Amino acid sequence: MSVARQKRLIAAALLCLTAVVNAPQRVAAQVSAPTAAPTATAAAPAPGVDPAFDDRAKAISSRLRCPVCQGESIQDSPAELATQMKSLVREQLASGKSETQVFDYFIGKYGQWILLEPRAEGINLLVYGLPILFIVGGGALLWGAVARWTRPVVTTGNDTGAPIDD
Amino acid sequence: MNWKRAIVTVAGVGIPVIALLSYGMTRDPRSIPSPLPGRAAPVFTRAVFAPGEDPTLRRAVGDSIRLADHNGQVVVVNFWASWCLACRDEHETLSMIARRYADQGVRFYGLLYNDEPRNGIKWIAQMGGQAYPALEDPSARTAIDYGLYGVPETFVVDQRGIVAHKYLGPVRPGELSQLLDSLLLAGARSTTTDAPVTRALPSPDSAR
Repeated sequence: MSVARQKRLIAAALLCLTAVVNAPQRVAAQVSAPTAAPTATAAAPAPGVDPAFDDRAKAISSRLRCPVCQGESIQDSPAELATQMKSLVREQLASGKSETQVFDYFIGKYGQWILLEPRAEGINLLVYGLPILFIVGGGALLWGAVARWTRPVVTTGNDTGAPIDD
Repeated sequence: MNWKRAIVTVAGVGIPVIALLSYGMTRDPRSIPSPLPGRAAPVFTRAVFAPGEDPTLRRAVGDSIRLADHNGQVVVVNFWASWCLACRDEHETLSMIARRYADQGVRFYGLLYNDEPRNGIKWIAQMGGQAYPALEDPSARTAIDYGLYGVPETFVVDQRGIVAHKYLGPVRPGELSQLLDSLLLAGARSTTTDAPVTRALPSPDSAR
């Protein structure tokens, strides 16, 4: 493999890494955009009445950890506290809070622990970046090793395999 | 095989991994770090359903208790339930300390978590009474406001309305007394130096 081709491959790998690391931030930015104007009433519509509202509430509840369960979201948990937290999510959305404000409320009470997926910021970036770094790094190591193993053996003197003239 | 290189590689990868795992072993996965200590206590207004026996602490059934009304006082907020076994362990301790500190302005409130007030009243009678009032918490809104994930949990709010400490599980008498003593001492010092003791503003993201 030529040096130029190797450089192109490394550049492509780095581009992929950047794209994957930035992906969660883009998702967060999408989620953080306020999607509803504040409403006069804080009463949440009953489930099933407003499918778009239900979807927004479900999207948030699916990303909040149930405090009394094992690795379950409040959306999936039948626990009483999870149900109460789901109602609170709906009420807060109905009162005009944005998705980010709802998440911030729960983070303010329970810390980042309440998020099933940690936010891609600060030290949390390691969670998103390290696996990619290990895959790329491991791939590069493997590539180097394979290149070494398959390199033609260069010999000197009479070990070339050429017939020896008597 | 270059043994020196192999040893360096294994040590370079192994030592950080072992260090990380060792650090992980020191942490309790069931313990959820609370962001509340050091921050303004979430305000609440809750109705009394059991009055409390201590004459100083007693409040009439149906009275509304507002945390914001306790300017300059240390307030102990205990979340409990009649179905909670560990709550039985701390009940006597809490009542005893509540009586001891009542004259010094410390106020105790028990907030019922995911339980019926009638069960709470029955439980208090079975336990031989309770020194301080018990409050309702419909839909666990105050519990969620305090980041609760189990009972018993106890929050100590200082004279400025800041959460001074959160106890997970049954409160131990020595620990709580020590904390109350230090808060009362700090409060007395700030009063003698004419420092204003004002309750912190309620957090804007309160569930209320």
